[in-house]
Amino acid sequence: MIQIQNLKKSFGDNEVLKDINLNIAPQEVVVVIGPSGSGKSTLLRCINLLESITDGHIHIEGKDITDKKNNINKMRQEVGMVFQHFNLFPHKTVIENLMMAPTKVRKVSPEVARNKGLELLKKVGLEEKANAYPSSLSGGQKQRVAIARALAMEPKIMLFDEPTSALDPEVVGEVLEVMKQLAKEGMTMVVVTHEMGFAREVGDRVIFMDGGYVVEANVPKELFENPQHERTQAFLSKIL
Amino acid sequence: MDFRFDIIAEYAPFLLKGTLLTIGLSIAGILIGTVLGLLIGLGKMMKNKLLAFPFTLYITFFRGTPLFVQILLVHFGVVPLFLGETNAIYAAIIALSLNSAAYIAEIFRAGIESIDKGQMEAARSLGMTHVQAMWNVILPQAFKRMIPPLGNEFIVLIKESSLAAVITAPEIMYWGRAMAGQYYKVWEPYLTAALIYLVLTISLSFLLNRLERRLKTE
Ligand SMILES: Nc1ncnc2c1ncn2[C@@H]1O[C@H](COP(=O)(O)OP(=O)(O)OP(=O)(O)O)[C@@H](O)[C@H]1O
Ligand SMILES: [Mg+2]
Repeated sequence: MIQIQNLKKSFGDNEVLKDINLNIAPQEVVVVIGPSGSGKSTLLRCINLLESITDGHIHIEGKDITDKKNNINKMRQEVGMVFQHFNLFPHKTVIENLMMAPTKVRKVSPEVARNKGLELLKKVGLEEKANAYPSSLSGGQKQRVAIARALAMEPKIMLFDEPTSALDPEVVGEVLEVMKQLAKEGMTMVVVTHEMGFAREVGDRVIFMDGGYVVEANVPKELFENPQHERTQAFLSKIL
Repeated sequence: MDFRFDIIAEYAPFLLKGTLLTIGLSIAGILIGTVLGLLIGLGKMMKNKLLAFPFTLYITFFRGTPLFVQILLVHFGVVPLFLGETNAIYAAIIALSLNSAAYIAEIFRAGIESIDKGQMEAARSLGMTHVQAMWNVILPQAFKRMIPPLGNEFIVLIKESSLAAVITAPEIMYWGRAMAGQYYKVWEPYLTAALIYLVLTISLSFLLNRLERRLKTE
């Protein structure tokens, strides 16, 4: 589904991703963990081309997204992204947030987009908020709307960058629940998170990143209970 | 000192026409300036420095030179170049528009840059093009924040349009000066003109305040 080969990314002289190689299978849920500044966000942003790639290749469904011949906007339609700070459009209602991209980008008719949007809101448990503005929602509700908004484009892959880090502890669960449901339905997901419970329960694989490298990758149980690398051990001992 | 209300009354119809022209000049200036300003502001924000340079130059020129000079250049230079002869009202509209465009370009740029980077990223991550994201996500939000400074610019334009009197565009100050010339009076014409400007600018800021409050509660 996603093949990342020798991916490098620098900001000026600062090489943030040093040599990332990673294959993600269809329907796989990959959880990315690692200390602050290790390049987790940058990796996700490269997969979505929100950052230009310095070197290496990323193929999504066999298509090289770094190839200038391929249309970036087309590529992005297949990849949904959920941000730490939601980034809902504050001047639009919840349902309008969900309808904007399908109508403007996919040229879906407003009625079809609205129905699809309402269906998705129902799925994340926020049908009654369709006509509310984002500012009136709690953090957990905002993030569920953001997930629904990404799903409205019917992406094949969903990227999550610390989707629960900005939330009050009591609403983290409702967002994770939606993500679990999505995983169960077979969505391919890459999730940067500090929620180790989620990683254990839902993750097919956990990747530990440090200093711009993938240091270790394994099934959750193995990685958490039997980490091979010193750095992984040190990191896990701090957070578990 | 005898204050001659009778000459004010005599000039009242002209001053009224002048007031209408002043309003017309500033509305034309703010409207054309807004359209041009948006394009110039976006131009200046282009990533390619070379392409952005002419827009930067434009803003620097029009903000760095007096409007008075710009009006004279347009009236005696630019308009005759294109029309063969000059026309005070056209020249005044063009000069005011070009001048306000430079200030409005900066207002647009500041407004756009004040919108959180995450908005553009969210829009792009949904597959929107840069233009679609600008138009549907960034500009509607930026525009709300630009209303107060745009209103200020409008008020500035109302006052600065008085410079058009020197190229004989018959707005408020043109008639004020005519009145002063005819009767050798100072207070009557200029105080009357000042009062008209005050009425215009105070009413406009009143309207703007109300609009701002409406937008805030929305
Ligand atoms: N736009 C940018 N310009 C310059 N440097 C950047 C930029 N974005 C990220 N960096 C740098 O890249 C490095 C990795 O950042 P990144 O955000 O990918 O880390 P992270 O693993 O997501 O950390 P966190 O857990 O704090 O979110 C950091 O040193 C950061 O300062
Ligand atoms: Mg991060």
